[in-house]
Amino acid sequence: MNYNWNWGILFQEPYFGWLLSGLLWTVLVASAAWVIAFLLGILIGILRTVENRWLRFIATAYVELFRNVPLLLQLFIWYFVVPELLPQEVGRWVKRDLPNPEYWSAVICLGTYTAARVAEQVRSGINSLSRDLVNAGLSLGMTPAQNYLSVRLPIAFRIVVPPLTSEFLTIFKNSSLALTIGVLELTAQSRQIENYTFQGFEAFTAATILYLIITMIVVLIMTVVDRRVRIPGFLEGRHR
Amino acid sequence: MRFDYQVIIDALPFLLDGLLLSFYLTAIAMVGGLALGTLLALMRTSGKLPLVWFAKLYVNFFRSLPLILVIFWFYFLVPLAIGRPVGSLYSALIAFTLFEAAYYSEIMRAGLNSVSRGQINAGLALGLTWRQNMQYVALPQAIRAMLPVLVTQAIILFQDTSLVYVVALRDFMTASSIVAVREGRLIELYLFAAVVYFIICFAGSMFVRSLQRRMVR
Repeated sequence: MNYNWNWGILFQEPYFGWLLSGLLWTVLVASAAWVIAFLLGILIGILRTVENRWLRFIATAYVELFRNVPLLLQLFIWYFVVPELLPQEVGRWVKRDLPNPEYWSAVICLGTYTAARVAEQVRSGINSLSRDLVNAGLSLGMTPAQNYLSVRLPIAFRIVVPPLTSEFLTIFKNSSLALTIGVLELTAQSRQIENYTFQGFEAFTAATILYLIITMIVVLIMTVVDRRVRIPGFLEGRHR
Repeated sequence: MRFDYQVIIDALPFLLDGLLLSFYLTAIAMVGGLALGTLLALMRTSGKLPLVWFAKLYVNFFRSLPLILVIFWFYFLVPLAIGRPVGSLYSALIAFTLFEAAYYSEIMRAGLNSVSRGQINAGLALGLTWRQNMQYVALPQAIRAMLPVLVTQAIILFQDTSLVYVVALRDFMTASSIVAVREGRLIELYLFAAVVYFIICFAGSMFVRSLQRRMVR
């Protein structure tokens, strides 16, 4: 193997700046997408458990649609196809005047895709509650809405924190797909450094380490969150 | 705007070749990933500390990285290691196999853990060696218990193969994109590709559901 090592290149300008800005874009894409995924995912997850058949059908159709098409293709559809199908005025605004269209396409795409996965976690969290709990609420004269708001959801949310951690990690990793439509996030920047300098080893190692650090930070944060919201003795008791 | 079917019909043979490559990538990565993943799962449950650590490190390492970065890594590394340029197919296959192994090993580990302790102890009491115990007692049951999850992972893998787009391998996704750009028919081609992917993956997940139903019975 013939290779000229040059680790110093990572700390030279402009490459150091590229890595930093790549990291920044990865965080920007992932966190904005997470807001959409979290809110939309909770809504759809709840709809999957309601009595009304039509609402349940819509939610199920959403989940199936977004889970069964590759994310990359969804991204291309959001970026290339959707602006063409919008009403003319809106479409023109998206194509001409919206700043950073590739960023917003990536955010919406990742958000709506991850929402389908979050919804499944929320649904299984709600469904895992014992029927007695629901019946107790109903027998107290609660309406279904009250039952959701004050009994089922508060408990379900605390149960789904651990599985949501892995979704939150996945959104950071999936944000790398945004490079295909021109968002210069972390993976894109490391590739660009490789193309400019032929120091692929150093560039990809830098990206790898930064992704590992992101993972560690997310796991750390979510462990703290989980510890604060966990219901003492609740999950442990159920697995026996 | 008119929806142009003709452009899709004309491109069908080209797209079909792409679809075949997608299936081929899925199959190889699945077999390789499953073999390596099972090995990792056995290491993880072996109780021998260095092996446990290695398996843990491997799995957590690959699960922290985006697949695209792993594909770029091997696209860069494989020619360097061999000393001459090889097609992107081989580096993609290696990247997918090593990457999927991390996920398959977690599935297999869950499967192995689902086999009750009593069975393993019974095997040991009968004088089976560790290898025999795994081969005849634990693994067959683990694989059966894990079948729905394995198929689900295969569907995910099939979708993930679309990422070879970044190294210009002509899978179904890339083939659709090539035609889309060449003919200037992005809407038709991307929507068509989405429908095809959806039908395949949805059929797969229906199959998973019927497997699960059969197992509950």
